[in-house]
Amino acid sequence: MADLDKAKEIIDCYINIQGGLLECLHALQHVYGYVPKEAVNLMAEGFNISRAEVHGVISYYHDFKTAPGGRTVVRICQAEACQAMGSRQLTEQVKALLGLDVGENNDEYSVEAVYCFGNCALSPNIEINGKLLPRASKDNFEKLLKSGGGQ
Amino acid sequence: MINIYVPRDTASQSMGADEVANAIAALPAEVNVIRNGTWGMTYLEPLVEVETDKGRVAYGPVMVSDVDSLYQAGFLHGADHALCHGLTKDIEYLKKQERLTFARCGLIDPLSIDDYIKNGGFEGLSRALKLSGKEIIDDVMTSGLRGRGGAAFPTGIKWKTVYETKADQKYICCNADEGDSGTFSDRILMESDPFCLMEGMIIAGIAVGATKGYIYLRSEYPLCKEILNNAISILKEHNFLGDDIKGSAKAFDIEVRIGAGSYVCGEETAMLESLEGKRGMVRAKPPLPAHEGLFGKPTVINNVISLASVPIILARGGEYYKDFGIGRSRGTIAFQLAGNIRRGGLVEKAFGITLGDMINDFGGGTYSGKPIKAVQVGGPLGAYLAPDNFNLPLDYEAFSEAGAVLGHGGIVVFDQTADMKAQAKFAFEFCTIESCGKCTPCRIGSTRGAEQLEAGNYVLVEELCELMDTSSLCAMGGMTPIPVKSAMKNWPEDFKD
Repeated sequence: MADLDKAKEIIDCYINIQGGLLECLHALQHVYGYVPKEAVNLMAEGFNISRAEVHGVISYYHDFKTAPGGRTVVRICQAEACQAMGSRQLTEQVKALLGLDVGENNDEYSVEAVYCFGNCALSPNIEINGKLLPRASKDNFEKLLKSGGGQ
Repeated sequence: MINIYVPRDTASQSMGADEVANAIAALPAEVNVIRNGTWGMTYLEPLVEVETDKGRVAYGPVMVSDVDSLYQAGFLHGADHALCHGLTKDIEYLKKQERLTFARCGLIDPLSIDDYIKNGGFEGLSRALKLSGKEIIDDVMTSGLRGRGGAAFPTGIKWKTVYETKADQKYICCNADEGDSGTFSDRILMESDPFCLMEGMIIAGIAVGATKGYIYLRSEYPLCKEILNNAISILKEHNFLGDDIKGSAKAFDIEVRIGAGSYVCGEETAMLESLEGKRGMVRAKPPLPAHEGLFGKPTVINNVISLASVPIILARGGEYYKDFGIGRSRGTIAFQLAGNIRRGGLVEKAFGITLGDMINDFGGGTYSGKPIKAVQVGGPLGAYLAPDNFNLPLDYEAFSEAGAVLGHGGIVVFDQTADMKAQAKFAFEFCTIESCGKCTPCRIGSTRGAEQLEAGNYVLVEELCELMDTSSLCAMGGMTPIPVKSAMKNWPEDFKD
């Protein structure tokens, strides 16, 4: 069970900002690593909208998570510029290496699909804990993974 | 003290520019490391420049392991080295461009307001402050500027509509949700010259009578967020934002809002919903956002590059800008060379250069060295073109006639190994993932399309494409058939089972 006092504190910072729900969700996720289920009621109350509406927003956007993920987050670009540089094969290699499908996680790793980091002149791209790896290959991916990426 | 420039944009950082900057700062010499933006020659990143009497001398791509040998060779005095490219301004890739919107990108420290002003910054705003709203809009109309986000709608007409709509509050929304694969010009502009975008927004605000601006930035661009927020603080300190801009009694403020990984939120009405803190569902038009936009108020929605082109239009006049380009495509557009390309990066050019010249002269062919098979122009919703289309001039109308789009200027190159059936199927799959779900052709059509393509029912796929094209609510479903149909038409051999 997440610490609700802290969640309430965060939510209170955003309820007076016009259209502030997305910013609020980002802030919660930044602190908890995901959006705690218990915070949905608090947001509904704070923003004066229904719980269904809050849930609707959370479930709409790819960025928002409703459960904790792995300690290391691996994000692989699946879009065209990276496809042109072999991202499909690279994705298979990463999946095999981590034993996870895209969209899956265990305690150690989360593997997520991303559609473009905007680093398309240096494709293919993978990101490990916020650190971008351009011209990614199985080898340099493994190396960066061992060093923990952005952490 | 020797001035050394080491870029700080996402691409150069990903290639190790921070480590290179640290290594250079640690050299036993009197050096002043300046973190500039990028010139957009991504294939040379990190591109280190040394200021000399003759100008800035370029070295790249510089890895940390190269710093020692550069130092031994005397790069601090502009000496030759295997990585030396001579003077930056003489590098062919840059020299052959027409830099209007991106004139300062790479040149300056993006967060130095002095650098900005010394290099023509705020000349457009100074002039705008002396003009009436109508006069500003007339200048933008004269320039022929059309939306650089992809839809190419005349910017001046949008502004005029908002100007003429009476309301107690109006907004300027900058669409910085650059989601198209193969595009990064918005990112480069925001990371390399953020004040330019903001100057454009302030001018737009003054022109139409809006006092509040939002930049809707995609969450995949964290460095942009940091730079934009710093830039806003600096502009507030210097009275370029706030209640009384430079003593003009005009008010304008800017806030950065972060998206959450939804591609369709780059569609203007979905973006408005998202800015309002809701699901990014596309709105039916009318009402136009210019009449009822953000929070129901008249709203100008422009792409980053459209807004960042406004300062130079105001500074030099609409006629100056209009002199570039061909036909109804006036001015310059930032092309982005991406994917399997030898010299990837940003090329700002007047409209009219051919696709082939762009890919071969600037891009230098494929990265893999294998022949080009396909080129996707204009993002995930753009057509796949074959090398026999390389004589097409890069201009809105010529592309439209060829059943293609220029979109946001992204050019993604594929070599021989590309499987065009897989690319066509991906177009449907991407639409399935990113559809907002409001209209049926897009929501259901995309799923059925991927299935039927896989099953080889191409007649059904064609019919489905027709339906999606004519009856989707927005460009997401409406344009997904473009990559699909172009792939089927140009590479029928890839669709034989």
